[in-house]
Amino acid sequence: MSKTVKLRKGLDIRLIGNAEESLRKVPLSEIVSVKPSDFHSLTPKMLVKEGDEVLAGTIIFQNKYNESVKFASPVSGKIKQIVRGEKRRIMQILISTSKNQKFENIKLKSVDSMSDEETKNTLLSSGLWPFIKERPIDVIANPNNKPKAIFVSTFDSSPLAPNFSYILKDSRDEINSGLEVLKKLTTGKVHLNMCSKESLKKLNLEVEGIQINKIIGKHPAGNIGTQIHHIDPLNKGESIWSVNIQDLAIIGRYFLEGKYNVKRTIALTGSEVKNPQYIETIIGTKVSGIIDGQIKSDNVRVISGNVLTGDKISKDGYLGFYHHQITIIPEGNEYKFFLTKGWLGPGFDKFSNSRLFPTFILPRSKKFCLDTNTNGEERAFVVTGEMEKVFPFDIFPMQLTKAAITNDIDAMENLGIYEVAPEDFALCEYVCTTKINIQEKIRNGLDLIASECM
Amino acid sequence: MKFLAKYLNKIDHHFEKGGKYEKWNPLFETLSTFAFTPKLVTNKGSHIRDGVDLKRTMMTVIIALIPCLLFGIYNTGHWQLVAELGDRNIDFWSNGYDKFVSGLFVVLPLIVVSYGVGLSIEFLFGFLRGHSLHEGFLVSGMLIPLIMPADVPLWMVGLATAFAVIIGKEIFGGTGMNILNVALTARAFLFFAYPTSMSGDKVWMAGPESNIDGFTGSTALGDLASFMSDKPVFENIDIYTNNYSLLDSFFGIIPGSVGETSTFAILIGALILLFTGVGSLRIMLSFFIGGYIMGLILNLFGGNDFLNLPAHFHLVIGGFAFGAVFMATDPVTAAQTETGKLFYGFFGGLLSILIRVLNPAYPEGVFLAILFMNVMAPIIDHYVIQANIKRRLKRLNTI
Repeated sequence: MSKTVKLRKGLDIRLIGNAEESLRKVPLSEIVSVKPSDFHSLTPKMLVKEGDEVLAGTIIFQNKYNESVKFASPVSGKIKQIVRGEKRRIMQILISTSKNQKFENIKLKSVDSMSDEETKNTLLSSGLWPFIKERPIDVIANPNNKPKAIFVSTFDSSPLAPNFSYILKDSRDEINSGLEVLKKLTTGKVHLNMCSKESLKKLNLEVEGIQINKIIGKHPAGNIGTQIHHIDPLNKGESIWSVNIQDLAIIGRYFLEGKYNVKRTIALTGSEVKNPQYIETIIGTKVSGIIDGQIKSDNVRVISGNVLTGDKISKDGYLGFYHHQITIIPEGNEYKFFLTKGWLGPGFDKFSNSRLFPTFILPRSKKFCLDTNTNGEERAFVVTGEMEKVFPFDIFPMQLTKAAITNDIDAMENLGIYEVAPEDFALCEYVCTTKINIQEKIRNGLDLIASECM
Repeated sequence: MKFLAKYLNKIDHHFEKGGKYEKWNPLFETLSTFAFTPKLVTNKGSHIRDGVDLKRTMMTVIIALIPCLLFGIYNTGHWQLVAELGDRNIDFWSNGYDKFVSGLFVVLPLIVVSYGVGLSIEFLFGFLRGHSLHEGFLVSGMLIPLIMPADVPLWMVGLATAFAVIIGKEIFGGTGMNILNVALTARAFLFFAYPTSMSGDKVWMAGPESNIDGFTGSTALGDLASFMSDKPVFENIDIYTNNYSLLDSFFGIIPGSVGETSTFAILIGALILLFTGVGSLRIMLSFFIGGYIMGLILNLFGGNDFLNLPAHFHLVIGGFAFGAVFMATDPVTAAQTETGKLFYGFFGGLLSILIRVLNPAYPEGVFLAILFMNVMAPIIDHYVIQANIKRRLKRLNTI
C-alpha cells in the first residue's frame, strides 16, 4: 500500500547556480582517490601495496573489524600512493589511471536465479556493499543485520541538488535490476519514494513487490531520515537500509553487465560556477578536471556534495564516495560593517528563515548568493522554537541536541536518536541563532550510542 | 568603513591565542564584533548559515522597548509636575517639552546606572572566562530601569543590577544559562531587601521629598489594594474608575514604574516582537487570557470592590501587560516547547492576577508570578517531553 506524506515543516534555501540540464563529458582524470574517511567510523585494512596494478573492481581494502565489507578500485591502473596521516591513519589511496580501462570480469547468474544469500555475497565480494547505508547511526550497512525495510529516495531536495529524473532518464533497466537485488536483501518492504513534481514515472519501473510512496514538501523531504520517520518509523533494535537512486543504478549495472562500473553523473553547481551543468564522471575523480576554468573568482570554497552536508575540499581535491554534486560558493572570510552588510544591516542579500530579515517579503523567485560566513559568533541556546520550524520529525530537536552535547545516553535514546542522522539536522544547524555545529554534535552522540548500546 | 576593516585585518592576529595581546581578546572581540560581523567561516557541518544572530535578535527587543521608554520618560515628567503642584488634574499634554526633559533627568540616570553596573560585571566575567560580552544583558539592562519606580535611589538600582547579574545569571554560566529572568530578579531583590522603598506612596512620582499635605502619590494599584484594607482610598469602585478611567489606564496616563504604565506603547512593542518572530505569540496571548480568566473568576466571588473590578481593567493597569510582552516571553527562562509555552503563559497570567488581588502585602503580583513560572517552566517542559517519549515507546510495544 503506497503512502502519501505531506510535510508542513521544512525550508528550501534558494541559491543561485542550479545546474542546467545539459551534459558535459570530461576525460577520465589521471588520478583517482578512494578516501576511507568518506565512510564514517571505518578502519581500513589494506589489501594492496603501493605500485600494485589494479583493475576497475579489484578489492583494495576491507573493513578491519568486519572483513566481509570490501572496497573496490573505481578504475584500472596503478596504486600511486597510500597517503597516511597522524598515527599512520590511512587518509586516501591515490590510483593513477591507465589509458585503457579494464574491468574485473565476473560471470554472474541473472538476479532472478540467485538465492538471497548469493545476492548478498555478490554485493559484498564485488565492493558494491558500501553503497548500502544503515539507520540507525548512518554508516555502511552491517551485512549480519536483518533490515525491516529498505528505502530508496528518487529525489534529492537539498539546495542546488541534481535532478535524478534527468540523470537517470536512460537507466530504466539498471534501476529495475537494482530493485530486484534489494528485494532479495530484506524480508520486509522495499520503499521507493517519489516527490510530487516530477519523478521517475517516465521510466515506467517494474514495481511488483515494491511500495511506491509520495513525499510532498520542502527540504528535507528528500532525506531518507524524513521518509523513514513518516512511512515506517525506526525503533530501538531495528535497522533500515537505504541506497541512493543513482547508486542503485550502479548496483543494477553490475548485475546486468558483471562490471564494477562506477560511472556517475554529477551536478556542478553554485553561485561561483560559470556554467552550472551536469558532468559525467566517476567516483573519486580529481575535481580539478571538472572545475578548472569554471570558477568565477579566487576566494571560493569547493564543496564535494551540497552546501548543507558536503565536505570542504581543495580545488584539486577528489569527489566523495556518496556525493552527486560539486558546489562552489564564495568564502566569507572578511569583516562586514554592521550597518551595511553586517548584523544590523537591511539584509536583503541574506536568506533567512527568521523574519528578522526581509527574506519573507521578497518574491519567491529571488535567489541568493550566500557565502560561508557564520554571520555571528557562537552563543548558548537562547532562542527557542526556530529549529522546530524546519524539522519535520515528531522529535524535539533542541532537547535532543542538548542531550547529545551532554553525552546523556538515556535522554538521547528517549528523545529518538535512533531515528536521526546528522544530515537530518543540517537545516536546524543552518537556521540556529547559536551557530553551534549541530551535525557534529549529533554525530558524536551517534558514535557514543554505537559504542555503548549496539 | 573600509579603512577600519583594513586596520582590523592588520591587528586582529595580535588578539588571537598566542598573540601579543591575547589577554585583551574579550574586549577586542566585543568591540570589533559590534562594529563588524566577524570574519568567521563555517568549518564543520553546514557550509552556509542563516543571517540571524543573537546581536540582531537582542537589538530587536531593544527597538521594541523604545515606545515604552519614550512614553515612560514623558509620563515620569508629568507625574513629577503633578507631585510638585499637588494637583492631579493638570492637562497631560501641556508643557510637553518641559515634562520630557524633566522625565529624562530622572530616567536617564537609571539607565546609565543599570548598564554601567551590569556591563562592568559582564566584562569582568568575560575576562575571567576568556570570552567576549554576550548580548543578553543589552536587553536586561534596558528592562531594569523600565520596571523601577521613578524615585528609587540610584544606589539601589546599582545594587539590584549587580545582584541580578551575578546571582541571577553569571553563577549559572551567563547568557542563556539563567533560570530566572534577570530584570525581574533585580526587581525582586529590591522588593524583598528594601520593601519600604519599593512600595507605599512615595516612590512612584519623582519629585520633592515631602509631598504637599493631603496629596498621595500612590499608584492605581495601590489605591485598589486599599479596598482590601480598612481604609480604602476611594469609597467605592465607581469613584476609582472616575479617577483612573479605562482609557487613561490603557494609554498609560497613570503613575507607576517607568515603562509599565502605557499598555498602548507596550502593544506597539508587542507588534514589533511578533512581526519579527522574536516574541512568542503563544506566551503573550495565553498570558493575557489567563489573566482575564482569573479576573472573571474573582468577579464571580465578589465580596469587595477590588474583587469586583471589571476583569479587563486588570489587563491595562500595573505591570501586567509589560510582564506579558517583555518578561514572560524571555526565551531562556520561559518554557521551551511549543505546547509548554501555552501552559506557561496561561498559568503566569492566572497567578499574576491571583497574587495581585488576594495577596495583602503588596499590590502587584506580576513579577512574582513570572518568577514562579520561570521556576516551573522546566517541569512543564518535562511533561511535554515525556508525552513525546511515551508516544515513541508505545510504537515500540505495539509492533
